[in-house]
Amino acid sequence: MSLSTAVVLLGLVASVGLFGYRCWQRMQHLRLGRTAGPFGRWSKRIQGVLVFVGGQTRLLRVPGTGIAHLFIFWGFVLLLPTILQAIIEGLFPDFVLPFFAMFGPLLLVQDIVALAVTVAVLYGLYVRAAVRPERYKGSHQFEGNLVLCFIFTIMATLLCHTGIRQNLGEAHVAAAWQPVAAVVGLPLRGLSPETQEAVSEICWWVHLGVVLVFLTLLPLGKHFHVVTSIVNVLLRNLQPPGRLMPARRDEGAEGAERIEQFSWRQMLDWYSCSECGRCQDVCPAYNSGAPLSPKLLIMGLRAHLFERGQALRASPEDGRSASREATLNKRLVGDVLSEESVWACTTCNACDRECPLFVEHVQPIVDLRRGLLLQQRGDKTLATALESLRRYGNSLGKSDKQRAKWTTGLDFKIKDVRKQPVQTLWFVGDYASYSPALTQVAQATARVFQTAGLDFGLLFDAERNAGNDVRRVGEEGLFELLAQKNIAALQKCQFERIVTTDPHTYNTLKNEYVLTNGHEQPLSAKTPVLHYTELVDELTRDGRLKVLRKLDGAVTYHDPCYLGRYNGIYEAPRRVLRAVGCRVIEMPRNRDRALCCGAGGGRIWMDEGKVKERPAESRVREAAALGVGCMVVACPKDLSMYRDAVKTAGLEGRIVVRDLIELVDEATRANAGSDATAVAKTEAMASSLSAG
Amino acid sequence: MDIVVLIKFVPDLVEDLEIDASTGLLDRSFLRLMPNELDEHALEQAVILKERHGGRVTVLALDTGDVDEALFTAVAKGADRVIKITGDGFDQGLGSRRIATILRRALSDVRFDLILTGTQAVDDLDGFVGAFLAADLGLPYVGYVTQVAAADGRVVVRKEYPGGLNAEIEVSGPAVLGIQAAERAPRYVVTSKVMEAMKSAKIEEFAVDEVSVENEFAISSMALPESGTHAEMIEGTVPQIAQRLAALLKERGILA
Amino acid sequence: MCGEVCVVVEVLRGEVKDITYIMLAAGRQLAAGLKTKLTALLIGRDVQKLVAQLGAADRIVCVEHADLEEFNPDAYLQVLIAVFEQHAPRLVMFGHTATGTDLACGVAHRLRWPVATACWTFSLGNGTVQCSSLTCGGKLIANGPLPEPSCVVTVMPGGYKAKDGQVHKTPAVETVSAPGLDQVRTRFKQYLEPPAGDVDITKQRILVSVGRGIQNKDNLALAEKLAAALGGVVSGSRPVIDQAWLPTTRLVGKSGKQVKPKLYVAIGISGAPEHLEGVAEAELMLAINTDPKAPIFDVAQYGATCNALELMPLLTENLKR
Repeated sequence: MSLSTAVVLLGLVASVGLFGYRCWQRMQHLRLGRTAGPFGRWSKRIQGVLVFVGGQTRLLRVPGTGIAHLFIFWGFVLLLPTILQAIIEGLFPDFVLPFFAMFGPLLLVQDIVALAVTVAVLYGLYVRAAVRPERYKGSHQFEGNLVLCFIFTIMATLLCHTGIRQNLGEAHVAAAWQPVAAVVGLPLRGLSPETQEAVSEICWWVHLGVVLVFLTLLPLGKHFHVVTSIVNVLLRNLQPPGRLMPARRDEGAEGAERIEQFSWRQMLDWYSCSECGRCQDVCPAYNSGAPLSPKLLIMGLRAHLFERGQALRASPEDGRSASREATLNKRLVGDVLSEESVWACTTCNACDRECPLFVEHVQPIVDLRRGLLLQQRGDKTLATALESLRRYGNSLGKSDKQRAKWTTGLDFKIKDVRKQPVQTLWFVGDYASYSPALTQVAQATARVFQTAGLDFGLLFDAERNAGNDVRRVGEEGLFELLAQKNIAALQKCQFERIVTTDPHTYNTLKNEYVLTNGHEQPLSAKTPVLHYTELVDELTRDGRLKVLRKLDGAVTYHDPCYLGRYNGIYEAPRRVLRAVGCRVIEMPRNRDRALCCGAGGGRIWMDEGKVKERPAESRVREAAALGVGCMVVACPKDLSMYRDAVKTAGLEGRIVVRDLIELVDEATRANAGSDATAVAKTEAMASSLSAG
Repeated sequence: MDIVVLIKFVPDLVEDLEIDASTGLLDRSFLRLMPNELDEHALEQAVILKERHGGRVTVLALDTGDVDEALFTAVAKGADRVIKITGDGFDQGLGSRRIATILRRALSDVRFDLILTGTQAVDDLDGFVGAFLAADLGLPYVGYVTQVAAADGRVVVRKEYPGGLNAEIEVSGPAVLGIQAAERAPRYVVTSKVMEAMKSAKIEEFAVDEVSVENEFAISSMALPESGTHAEMIEGTVPQIAQRLAALLKERGILA
Repeated sequence: MCGEVCVVVEVLRGEVKDITYIMLAAGRQLAAGLKTKLTALLIGRDVQKLVAQLGAADRIVCVEHADLEEFNPDAYLQVLIAVFEQHAPRLVMFGHTATGTDLACGVAHRLRWPVATACWTFSLGNGTVQCSSLTCGGKLIANGPLPEPSCVVTVMPGGYKAKDGQVHKTPAVETVSAPGLDQVRTRFKQYLEPPAGDVDITKQRILVSVGRGIQNKDNLALAEKLAAALGGVVSGSRPVIDQAWLPTTRLVGKSGKQVKPKLYVAIGISGAPEHLEGVAEAELMLAINTDPKAPIFDVAQYGATCNALELMPLLTENLKR
């Protein structure tokens, strides 16, 4: 065996060995985690890998770097044979990889791909150096730059080596098949063959060396995603995003107070995080100046998993036991993550939606919150809201007997579902029922339903908060209690379907409520659950609800998180708006990129804390910038938050915020002429619409 | 340090109150009762002291109907023993003096260093349970307490006066304290812990027979205050309005 | 003192508190109606100099001792019991305060007298005395007879005017020696002054709250003077805090603090629900807002639509008189 072969062999063994060891270490830590699965639905999963990994679909939502990464990813896949060739060549000097090193068209593709990768990498370096996007803040930028340099080096040495091979007439195929390499080799033609041979040799060694070093570095940081990403996407969560995992009481703790109380699947997520920061970019909390970054949360969890995993596995006789003790005593929330950051999340799901690797951020935050509440950590205003929810079934401290008081302002009676069967059970929700400012919305909804001749009714005093945000705040037991009470009330009634005013109610009734009489069955499997926008869309399309006067003008529509991003209802509200005569102008951040108003995840029950720009204000400014006079929403919390934001952002007079149902009511109610207030509103509406 | 906490169940003021036409008193038939807010503070303070100094917390409450959930919640918060006192007519709204007499009986075999209870309850009309109990047991009583510090068998309390002024008062021996506020807001315990307490803890019952109380102050009638839905608007020139408002505030004794 | 109306004087740090005058005002009426005398019981150390302020009473009974200088619950209780065991008044009046409520039940228990608390007003008829109390957070009024021969009451401010209990006359003084105070189980240690730093508005009885109607930061001073005259502090609604005219610790509302003051003066606040949520339990609310349709007027008990910037200084002056 020659010296060079020995060196290659040594390098290979060392590199693969170190790579393997480092992977093994991390797999050992995964074993600390709780169980996960079962997985199933494999064809859908494989399809996902093809689309999301192969197609890099989510990455392309940020076009520049998305395309660059597409090239780099496919570049590596297509250039893998060249790397293999290099390695095997090192061990068996005259070896030529059959087919892969000889097939002209393939080599042409590889040649062009190498150029594309080089350009992509240079673009990446340019972005990092000159553009410096906000989303990289907090990521390991040195590692990012280093790896880009590595890849550049690998490409450059490959092209150079191949170019010289062509110059020396030793290429495996005609130069025409490898034009880029030829161009690279061109300036070197002037050198003597011995020099070129030497340069080629150096290129080869550097090429191999960088590859082997890169391999050992892969498991250490964000580039571990190269190893785990396909598995991560394959095993992604196929449940509806609006369905959280229940608390695991049978395994002891209800939430995650220590890192090993997460599941191994969650831990795998953290290993797959590439620190791209797309989640951070769309996070309403982060962008308002709150101390939460979904990316930094995942990175923090990953780092702590490693240090704690190492500390747990170290034997006590090892030296450095003081630092081991210190690591083991670290509080997950307190020392590793700040409490403020865990509570800052609005559970809007923008992060989960944006992540190219399907890393879940909301579920771990809920798990952490479950642990915090168990330890009685959480702010006082939240405690007050939870006490009220537990005692009265609403967060506003009002009596359950007052829930249907808003109905007294109507000139017709609404059916009581507890006493008579109806076709559509209307689950109103806390805010629309109790908040004086929202009474008009509830009443407008009732009028629209009545005008359409819908057979509907209410649960009246038997309705309780559906529990969506209670669950997301981490009070799983209270969520279960509220759900139990609601389900018990529902089971005593006869109805064919449920309609909700609030998208939060919609989400949990549709995705999380389970009937347990005998066998478990989702509520929505037994009775369809609709949001009112879906119902109104249906009613306008089949003619049961007739538009009597068109509301001329331009509006913009804000997609509520729990209606749009979580449950995919984007078009129904827009159809309704067009049906009543409005022209819908989209905000730059629309549909699944809509910016959360900031009230979700129980935030509406917590102290605001320091903010540099409230998400709600950012959103109304975005709407006002379109020049429309009206922003339409379909969620009571959105309505409150945005109306407030219009005042605090100083936009009064420039834009109004209306609920979609108010517009529908004005367009469809029979006796608008006799009601002065309604006419005044319509006129104001028309003038505000026409301001757009 | 062994502490007894007394919890009184009072009308939940979130509901509308009504007068029973036949008795001329509060109509209790649809009243929802809840633990007196200051008694929750007393419980919180007791648990804080237990966490600091060890010992046991015993909670006593009269069975006014439907008190179990609150007692299990007390266990979830850290109470060691919860005693429900049963007897006739407890749901009719007993006076403080009578309640104190009943509690005294239930305490006959309970060991304690301190008794904590809210300094007053929203429906107190004939005195305060804590103060009466102290007098009955021959113990010192300090009310409006916002902090309790214990060291070497002595207790130093902070007593709250108006305007942010506080006084430190040292109390020796077992005593009864009327709590105005705990050191921290009463903790929230998650529902799953309350459910756990419902399964694992047991509420002791103590039955009390006929209790006679002399010199009780008795209410003869009750009424609802006149309510308007709109503010009474004060008219006139600005100086006139200023005068009227100043007079109004003095009339209302706001400036006492 | 037998059969008399006796007011237990409340003194705090050498000052006679207003509640005493309110009780004296009520006591004078009751004594007149019952055709008996009004006695003021003054306990402390070196308190004879306060006697001139208690002219509304027919006579003062004074108990002085070094250990009674500052309020000491057990000591004061023992003094009262000793005094009343000798002479049983018809009525013993305590203020419904941190001091009065420490003592009323102890006295009532030991002497076997009934006690009625939180009394607002009293009425006389056929030689019987009735009291009227506000209970259940002000949602209910309770009335009851004060039995003979003796009865203890605690009195809340509001039913009588302090000025009616302020008479400039020096009544007769009778000194009574304090009983032996060696078995006293409570001991006054020290006062803790309120911190000079920012105030906790949730603990304030009186708040003057400003909203956008105040227009700019400079006008805040008017509100602060008004608050000082009322013995309260300034708080604010969202727009004011957002403009940083007041720190966030002063925010009243959904995103701020929930306050339960005795008096809430809302200046230039429209009464948005998010704000009202923070002050749902104010006992008395005055609202000043130029918009007669402002929702705050549906919640406040009294209101005016005049210019708040003009009103505040005048109101402050009026209060000082």
